[in-house]
Amino acid sequence: MLVELGHFALMLALLVALLQGVLPLLATLGEGRLTWIPLDLRSGWLHLARSCTFVQWALVGFAFLVLEWAFLHNDFSVAYVVEHSNSLLPAPYQFAALWGGHEGSLLLWVFLLGFWSSAVAFFSRSLPLTMVARVLAVMGLISFGFLCFILTTSDPFVRVFPPAMEGHDLNPLLQDPGLVIHPPMLYMGYVGMSVAFAFAIAALLAGRLDAAWARWSRPWTVIAWTFLSLGIGLGSWWAYYELGWGGWWFWDPVENASLMPWLVGTALIHSLMVTEKRGTFKAWTVLLAIAAFSLSLLGTFLVRSGVLTSVHAFASDPARGIFILVFLALVVGSSLTLFAWRAPQVAEGGWVNLVSRETFLLVNSILMCVATLAVLLGTLYPLVIDALGAGKLSVGPPYFNLVFGPIMVPLVFIMVPGSLLRWREAKIKDILPSLVFPGLGACVVSGGLCWAMGHASFGVLAGFWLGAWVALAGVQQMVLRLKRPGRIGGSFWGMQLAHLGLAILVMGVTGVRSFEVERDVRMGVGDEVQIADYTFRLLGLQDVKGPNYEAVRARVQVLKNGQQIKLMLPEKRHYYSSAMPMTEAAIDSGFLQDLYVSLGDALPGNTPQWSLRVYYKPFVPWMWAGVLVMVLGGFLAALDRRYRVKPSAASAEDDVSPHVAHA
Amino acid sequence: MKRRFFLIPLALFMGLLIFLGLGLRHDPHEIPSPLINQAAPAFDLPTLTSDQHFAPKDYLGRVWIFNVWATWCVACQAEHPVLVAFAKSSGLPIVGLSYKEIQPQDEEKTPLSLEAKLTLARLRSRVWLGRHGDPYQLSVLDLDGKVGIDYGVYGVPETYLIDAQGVIRYKHIGPMSSEILANEVLPLARSLQKGA
Repeated sequence: MLVELGHFALMLALLVALLQGVLPLLATLGEGRLTWIPLDLRSGWLHLARSCTFVQWALVGFAFLVLEWAFLHNDFSVAYVVEHSNSLLPAPYQFAALWGGHEGSLLLWVFLLGFWSSAVAFFSRSLPLTMVARVLAVMGLISFGFLCFILTTSDPFVRVFPPAMEGHDLNPLLQDPGLVIHPPMLYMGYVGMSVAFAFAIAALLAGRLDAAWARWSRPWTVIAWTFLSLGIGLGSWWAYYELGWGGWWFWDPVENASLMPWLVGTALIHSLMVTEKRGTFKAWTVLLAIAAFSLSLLGTFLVRSGVLTSVHAFASDPARGIFILVFLALVVGSSLTLFAWRAPQVAEGGWVNLVSRETFLLVNSILMCVATLAVLLGTLYPLVIDALGAGKLSVGPPYFNLVFGPIMVPLVFIMVPGSLLRWREAKIKDILPSLVFPGLGACVVSGGLCWAMGHASFGVLAGFWLGAWVALAGVQQMVLRLKRPGRIGGSFWGMQLAHLGLAILVMGVTGVRSFEVERDVRMGVGDEVQIADYTFRLLGLQDVKGPNYEAVRARVQVLKNGQQIKLMLPEKRHYYSSAMPMTEAAIDSGFLQDLYVSLGDALPGNTPQWSLRVYYKPFVPWMWAGVLVMVLGGFLAALDRRYRVKPSAASAEDDVSPHVAHA
Repeated sequence: MKRRFFLIPLALFMGLLIFLGLGLRHDPHEIPSPLINQAAPAFDLPTLTSDQHFAPKDYLGRVWIFNVWATWCVACQAEHPVLVAFAKSSGLPIVGLSYKEIQPQDEEKTPLSLEAKLTLARLRSRVWLGRHGDPYQLSVLDLDGKVGIDYGVYGVPETYLIDAQGVIRYKHIGPMSSEILANEVLPLARSLQKGA
């Protein structure tokens, strides 16, 4: 009964979303239109946007809770629960199993969209009502589309009769703490991009793209970007320790689908800043806002429709694919049409000097878009070739590494001059003194790191140098800023931390790619293998039993200079519900490196032997630390006080961004 | 001039949409078989009903369908009514390849002799076909899966169309639908029959 109520709530939410999407837009149509409708009724429609948003979220939230309830109570009369849960599954995984499949993921999507819309409705009291009404209406229409999708092709509330005795269990790959948080974080990012998108569309509709619009969009975009960063980082971390392949980024279509909105989102954050401070690049910023959300939708399309094969792909269903394609065409097509129609009128911006902060920011956002296009091309190339009937092929990591790296090098390099230059008009020679310390310091750091690792090549030196260049410039700016009096805004710290995080990430990626050692070895009890400074000795194996699996656990002793420093326990798990054995790698994380052991199969032979993967992965912790620092920076920037004060007061304490070289 | 500049994103997106739409019609699971337009690999296997053997060369001069199935295969059960109806309506001969009917768990307690395996496989398959209907002219038993390897079987069920010269003309991985049979397999089979 409760399940049917949840289903019904979803249908009601669909109606409310339609009201939220249509009536406020009608009311904002402007002077002289719809005059046959009484004025007070139309102004009522404006106010309707907020209440509809809250009601819609409450209804979707109710449906969400009902489905969670069905999971936690093992209600195996619900088909979706049967397919993705099991009574033996530990409760946190039963909870997370809701987003372990297609239908539930979509419900989570709509639920988070409701959350973001409600947040906009709640925190937008200082904004003009017509603006809020337009933004919420756009979000309502998106929600309407997704609810239609759920109710027509992907209903999670379908019952089975007779009820199943037991569920099929959650895919063992997904039974991991990473899954409990990775999809919600990633979706928070994806869906959060809808806010910037809705603001952009609202601005185009209003025919007004000004600094105020950019100021309103900025904190929302930064928060969405932060969640997206966290989601991608968690996904990468999960792949690293759960898949047991020792890799952290595979250029899988779905990983690419999350990277593209991140790249464009990063460009958008910077472009919004220029639009707010200088009133230029308006059309470019709007286009980026549309692109960031469109790429989020495209990501959803790629994952859900099954056009591309991927480890993430859920069962493909042509009806779903067609629905998403039509939806994508409507949303993106109509916004780009609106852009082509309105942007030329509203985008008159000021002129820009060749040497100025805005030019550097523009160059960087173009580089970011070029990188996005390169990733998009690599992701869709197999699809295009297939559509042209030229056969099946896949584009592998070599392409992406080859194309992505060279774009990132200039991008990271000009981060430093870009953040030092003045707005409007600057001279390169003014910032040269500030470049001496990071430039020389980076030489020392990269040389030192290579010396410590005992190996150097041009690529490694360059990677370390770039990371250290950005990091040291950031440290220098922070120190100089602290010496100056006055309150330092969150956006200053946010920007510095985010850049510092990227620097650490760049150094981490360089280090892992250059110094990692991977060995697949065959070992019997008592055998040893030597990798870098470490000796790994297989002490023995034992059988262990988990709640819904049985496992073989190896005990591997790690020695350095003859001393035991660690006992590692990799497992090979056999889940009762699945024929596929699962690898649970043992990872020992230090400050500088990871040691990674994963247990393979028992090998036939006279004396029992096992295949083991023993990896030495220096700098891996740096990558995770880099992402975390970036995320922290994102939160700090979004929480900057000036976004929360009234517009009139905010303009008084404008521009807290750094001008270190010209204080 | 400047206005046209703003139409570029829309134009790019339209191009992308076309490819995505085309991509939807292509099934990523449809892996092209290197066996298409190659002679069907030869085999000589016992049939389900008797100790008589069947080899593809026995069907030279006929256009026929070769369908890989097993009683343990759930997808085959879903596909089965479609095949039964198709066999009746089209009149095309369908030969079944009972693929690895004896699974490791059958031998969990005691290893079975080849004789015992044959008997068990025949018994189980006949009961299954009796319950679900029998679309096959005959079905051969590929107990060790070697013929399956020759034919590049990815997963059961799979379906091949073989022409009068014994050449594979079409392959489908996964359950057949009546649409695919009516729109792809039957027209191709009819044209091959005319050409023969």
